[in-house]
Formats: sequence, structure tokens, C-alpha cells
Amino acid sequence: MDGSGDGLPLLQARELHKSYGSVQALRGASFDLAAGEVVALIGDNGAGKSTLVKCLSGVERPDAGEILVDGAPVVLDSPTAARERGIETAYQDLAVAPDLDPAANLFLGRELRRPGLLGALGMLDKAGMRRQAAEQFARLGVTLQDLDVPIGALSGGQRQSVAVARSVVWASRVVFLDEPTAALGVVQRERVLDVVRRVRDTGVAVVLISHNMPEVLAVADRIEVLRLGARVARFTAADATLEQLVAAMTGALTHEGDR
Amino acid sequence: MTGTEVGAPAQRPVLQRLAGASTVWIALVLVALCVLFSVLRPDAFPTLFTLQTLLIEASVLLVLAVGMTFVIITAGIDLSVGSVLVFSGVIGATLMEALSAGGDASDAGIGVVLLGLLGALAGGGAWGLLNGLLVARARIPPLIVTLASFGAALGAAQLITDGVDVRTVPQLLRDGLGFGQTAQVPHMVALAAVVTLAGAWLLHTTRFGRRTFAVGSSAEAARRAGIPVRAHLVRVYTGVGLLSGLAGFMSLAYFGTTTISGHSTDNLNAIAAVVLGGTSLFGGVGSVFGTVIGVFIPAVLTKGFVIVGVQQFWQPVAISAVLVAAVWFDQVRRRSRDRR
Repeated sequence: MDGSGDGLPLLQARELHKSYGSVQALRGASFDLAAGEVVALIGDNGAGKSTLVKCLSGVERPDAGEILVDGAPVVLDSPTAARERGIETAYQDLAVAPDLDPAANLFLGRELRRPGLLGALGMLDKAGMRRQAAEQFARLGVTLQDLDVPIGALSGGQRQSVAVARSVVWASRVVFLDEPTAALGVVQRERVLDVVRRVRDTGVAVVLISHNMPEVLAVADRIEVLRLGARVARFTAADATLEQLVAAMTGALTHEGDR
Repeated sequence: MTGTEVGAPAQRPVLQRLAGASTVWIALVLVALCVLFSVLRPDAFPTLFTLQTLLIEASVLLVLAVGMTFVIITAGIDLSVGSVLVFSGVIGATLMEALSAGGDASDAGIGVVLLGLLGALAGGGAWGLLNGLLVARARIPPLIVTLASFGAALGAAQLITDGVDVRTVPQLLRDGLGFGQTAQVPHMVALAAVVTLAGAWLLHTTRFGRRTFAVGSSAEAARRAGIPVRAHLVRVYTGVGLLSGLAGFMSLAYFGTTTISGHSTDNLNAIAAVVLGGTSLFGGVGSVFGTVIGVFIPAVLTKGFVIVGVQQFWQPVAISAVLVAAVWFDQVRRRSRDRR
């Protein structure tokens, strides 16, 4: 797949507003996402990227504005509500339980239970989770020397890889990746981008929040630019240049107003 | 893509994994203590009688400490266990007296005893539920919440009894549970063992246990993963309350009185036992097995000092030293991990 997927609107935000006290984080921000595309969400610090993602993944509720899934308005009042619609998020921080092992983290909140009576009593299928986790990590190219240590004992990059893997494994429609490559080395960064492409090929839409412009241009189909809590420009990655992106982020150029 | 063998490393041998756990070292300390006292007094220490009394005297604390293990793994604390134990004992005892002719429960039957047990469990569970709601819903730090109920539960027990211990405890309960034995196994010990095994099963093999670790390790990560963190905390604190209620009933059976003033340091003893056993005060790490060891190290030291003839006032000094060493070990481990 290339370009902008099949073009059906999967997830849309219309004129979202969100204030924290006197700080207006979002001032009428809009966002569009079609099935099977990779959209990069970029903007300077304080542009409202994280707040927008929090609203779209159910962590925060917008003060005003509409969120639509498949064109129908929805209320995402908890991370669980978003997850039930196939929307997963890999957070940049506080994403994993550092004292649990990678398999336990992959299945956090979705623990597999044993079949039969023991499962009804709440007993975990640890071997099954470990086996499936190993398969998923292998499939996604996440290399871990040891599956039985607490995740806090792994490097920052490996921790982040597990967080990304978890969101990708469970997402059926949309996955938000908040700075997924920030703590990664060169090889792992390529792996994550590889995962992004492979996920896109399965029809799941990927929203990538990133500061790394070359990375954005390399992997995204489209780019949406936020500035001061509102969308100011939209690009097709193939047509965009680094200069244009920077100009849009800093306010020297606006596309959105012309439309 | 690299092959599956990279993604699925083999599990390390059991021995190697055990050696990495602080619990094993603290267990070796316990074994060493037992060997030491046995060598010093082969006639008095390694006897069936010593073992039985040691186990009986530790059984009430063990029940409290099993519950405390869950709380501390959630990065919480419960200072109220001793007072809740007393309160539950008072509820159970006064209920049994009220149900008996003339307010003397000594000859009460099995029905009254069971109702007394239910009363004690309800009393303990209610305090635990209150603690849990205040911690999880009102977001008051557990240290403050349980410090308050530490005072309030004891005060409530004294209000109910006018500060005078209830002294008529059914003989049936005293003979059946307090002094009862089957094949040399005291019933108090058997009950504590059942509670401990059930606690270990719940903590280490079930979804409830897994989520207890997750909440203590990172409450925010758990919340984002869809775990109902607040409801889970309420359940954990309620569970400790129920176990304190059971411990109160056991204490009633063993001592034959409500021992209102006798449990003011139970909370600290339980916390010390849990921490000695390798459970981290920062949450996310711990085991019931460790707690068992942590309960028996002070118990063996006390018994051993008495038998060997050392001033038993050395016991708290020795325990404190081991406790500080155990926490220091945990700190070092955490720092070396977080440096990554």
C-alpha cells in the first residue's frame, strides 16, 4: 500500500478544545485518519500533540468538539473505551510495569487464563502467555536476551520496544505511537519503523508522533502539522520537504487556512 | 528479521533464578539460625515441643503478615492490622456472649462459635473496606488512613467493652482451635498454613496476584493498560481486613480473652516480617514464601535466645539489624537496576 490507504475516514477529530486551567492546549484541533495509512503528527513543543493523542485514545476528554469513528460520533471516556474500538496507544513514559517481565507486560490487563475450572478461579496461563509473547516479539523483531527478567532491568530502548509491541499486537484499527524511537539505537529504530510499515500493511492505521523529520518523511504517507493547539497544515509525504514542514511548524506557512 | 531463537531465549535454570532472589539468602539465614541453636542446645531446641510452640506462637502473626504482603506489594502499608485484630476479636466475643444464656459464652455450641467467627470476619472486613475506600477513592496516603484506623479501631473496641477484656470464650473454641491438635499438628498452625498456601496461590498464580504486582509496580501503567486500579486496591485492603478478623478470632481461641492491650506492635511486627522476606516497600516485588521466612526469623531468635540463655532483649536488636540489612539490599538492587 502506498499513498493514503483506501481513503475511508476511520478516525476523525473535529474542532477539539481542551484547557488545563488557564492553559489552552487544544484550540479547535482537527485530525483525519484513514484505514491503512501512516500519518505523522508533528509540531513544536506545546503544539498540542500529546493532548490530541490523549483525547483520541481516551485518556483525556475534550472540553468541546467531536470525535468520530467510521463517521459516527463517539465518546471515548476511558482508555478501555478506546481499546474496545481497536485503538491502542504506546505511551512514551509510564507505559510498562517495570517489575514485571516482558510477557507479563505484553498481556497486562489482558491476562490469559487457564482453561476450565482453574481458569475460572483466576489462574493464569503463564506458559501460554510466555510462548505467545516470544512469538510476537520474534514476529515484530523485538530482540530480548532474557524473557524472565523484570522489564526495568532491560535497556530503555528494549522497554520502549516492548511498549510499542504491546500496542501493535492488540490494535485492530488504529495505533498511536508517541515518540516510539526517542530512546532507541540505530538498529532498533529501523526495527520499529519496519514494524510500523508492516502494521500498515495489515490494514491498521498508524499515527506517529515524532520530532525526527527525516524519519517522518521516510515512513509516513501523510503528515499533519499542529501549531498552538490547532492543525495548520497537511502534506502528502511524497510532496513534502523538510523546509516546508519546519515552516509549517514555526508558523511561516499555513495550508489549513486556505482550504 | 532475526530468527525465533533470538526472540525466544530459553528459560534460565531454576537454581540460577533462585540464587538471584534475595528470599533465598534470607531463608539460608533462617536455616543457619536453626542449626546454630540446635548445636548449642541439642537437648532443648530441636524438639517437637519447641517446634509446636514456636509454630503456634507465630501463627497469628503469619496470618496478618500474609495479608500485609499483598498491601506492601501494591506500594501501600497497613498500620491498622493489630487494632483491627482486637476490634474483630471484641466483635466476635461480645456477639458470642450476647447469643449465650446469661451473657456467659463458656458453654456455647458450634452454631454460636460460627456466628462469632462471622462477626469477627465482618468486623475486620468492614475496617479493611473503609481503609481501601479512603486510600483508593479519597486518595489519602495509606500511611495516614491506616494510622487513623489504627487508633480508631482500638478506640472502638474499648468503647464496646468499656476497656475491660471479654473473658468468657466458648470452651469449644478454645479446645477445638486454640489447643486442638491432630496427629501432633496444632490446629492453629494448620489454619495458618492453609491461609498461607491460599495466599501464595492467589499472589503467584492468579490474575488477581498479577494485577497486585502491576498496580504496585506502576499504578499509571496499570491504569492505562485497562486494569481497574482503584477497585483492585479496595479489594486488597478489604482482604487484609478479613485476615485481621480471622487472626482476631484465632487470638481469641488461643488466649481465651480479647487481649485488648496486647497487639499494639502487631502492625510493626507484620511489616518487619514482610520486608525481611524480600518484599519491597516501593511495591511491585515480593513473595508469600519470603514472608513466611520473615515471620520465623524473629520467632526462632526469641525462642533460641530463651533456650540458650541469652538475655532475650537482644532479640529486637538482632532483628533490627537484619531488617536494615534486608532493606539496604533491596535499595542496592533497585539502584543498580534503575541506572540502566
